[in-house]
Amino acid sequence: MIEFKNVSVSFKQDKQIFAAVNDANFKIKKGEIFGIAGSSGAGKSTLLRTINLLQTVSSGQIFVDGENVTNYKKTQLRILRRNIGMIFQHFNLARNLTVYQNIAFVLKAAGKSKSETDARISELLGLVNLSDKKNSYPANLSGGEKQRVAIARALANDAKILLCDEPTSALDLETTSSILGLLKDLNKKFGITIVIITHELDVIKGICNRCAVMNKGSVVEIGDVYAVFTKPREAFTRQLLSHTNHFSLPKEILDKMEGPIIRLTFKGDNANNPILYYTANAFQIGFNILLGKIEYINGLPLGILYVQLIGEADTLKLAIDYLAENTADLEVINHGL
Amino acid sequence: MDFDLKGALLLTFGQTMQMVISSLLAAIIIGGSIGLLLFLTSNTLFLKNRIINQIVGVIINITRSIPFLILLVLMIPVSKAIVHTSIGPNAVVIPLAVAAIAFFGRLSEASFSDVDNGVLEAAIASGASKLSIVVKILLPEALPSLIKNITVTAVSLIGFSAMAGTVGGGGIGDLAIRYGYQRYEPEVMFICVIVLVLLVQVFQIIGDSSAKQLDKSSK
Repeated sequence: MIEFKNVSVSFKQDKQIFAAVNDANFKIKKGEIFGIAGSSGAGKSTLLRTINLLQTVSSGQIFVDGENVTNYKKTQLRILRRNIGMIFQHFNLARNLTVYQNIAFVLKAAGKSKSETDARISELLGLVNLSDKKNSYPANLSGGEKQRVAIARALANDAKILLCDEPTSALDLETTSSILGLLKDLNKKFGITIVIITHELDVIKGICNRCAVMNKGSVVEIGDVYAVFTKPREAFTRQLLSHTNHFSLPKEILDKMEGPIIRLTFKGDNANNPILYYTANAFQIGFNILLGKIEYINGLPLGILYVQLIGEADTLKLAIDYLAENTADLEVINHGL
Repeated sequence: MDFDLKGALLLTFGQTMQMVISSLLAAIIIGGSIGLLLFLTSNTLFLKNRIINQIVGVIINITRSIPFLILLVLMIPVSKAIVHTSIGPNAVVIPLAVAAIAFFGRLSEASFSDVDNGVLEAAIASGASKLSIVVKILLPEALPSLIKNITVTAVSLIGFSAMAGTVGGGGIGDLAIRYGYQRYEPEVMFICVIVLVLLVQVFQIIGDSSAKQLDKSSK
């Protein structure tokens, strides 16, 4: 659906060439929700903007639906942009226009008549659940409502691709999940390909199928979200994940505890088996869960448990071996054997 | 001396209004277009062109740096060529308009620049033509600020028009100077000043209320 071939973007800054995007090479498949993660200044936004040519590339090519669009100009470019919707962190609705007028603008730009425009706007506002706000001005809407209007506007001309530039970064947690839910619904219902850039990894975990990780203009890792989050290949990805996924036992607790403490990681199917219970029964040992969580990434579970094991040293060793075989990862943190 | 104050006030008030309104219209249409051109040639989303932007900018700066009294004199040949006279309100309209165009050109450029660039970017991303973005997004978004700046221009023009007497332009300011100052009739001066104060107030109130009406950016 979207393909980047050797895409580089560089800016001249104080007589120095600064590479915002460095040789990006990857494909985004039709109908998927694709996330691009990275810290600020990584070039995510620049890369996203090359898709609808808001940002021209310094070298390389962009393919949309198999067509090389890199050099599209004027009418050809305007038609391309009509088919690619875009939403922004700060919504970017015209303040002095009503909800209706904001959406009508893009419909009229595509040559729709008054009656087509009216019908389509009713349909769109129904879709984003804002039918009663048709004549409101943006100032009278909440952040979530503004983003819904922006989504309606982006999809007005039956866009097949939706580009999202930090779509939830200005929203609170509850509104974020409702906007993400809406995006997921739209993806399912209409098969719209969604590209999201964000620094919030929870957004990627929440709705993306695949993702890319960017650092200093380069795409360092790309793959299924579950794989990237549970088995990051690159050091930078691990570092990025550790920042936002801080999850460990306080040192004071570790020092106080006796006996072995292990950190178990469950992934995919084995997260659903009561493996701790089996082990405790089979080896006749006790266990004490100190800290734990299970989260779902792209619908698949990822569990992490910190467990203190209680029993005879010899049986504990056997039990640990057994657990290590039956979980995705086992790390003995506090040996005490 | 039998001086008909009421008649003189009416006549000069009419002259002042004629000067202010016609030069204000010129400022809105021509100055506004220049402001728009300055904005469009400075913005990468539209028609960024440093050369045009700087040439127009320098012309505006030169015009604005000439004191109005000097401009009045400098423009006499131009007034003669355009309105075939160098005295009276019609002749003064030319230098007033030139000053107002340069003044409002800069102010309107600022009004356009204050429009959220993200809103314009979103419109570009929707595939709309640049012309329709200017007409249907840029203008409505800049309108409250443009109206405030039109008010500022109008008030400055009332002040400038008072200097019109120096080239025989008439107007209330001229009445105040000739009768109130040169003939020592302080009450005439006083009344003239009151009329000018009221005129400025009326412009300001109309400008403020219509700007507020059009501005939907706060609840």
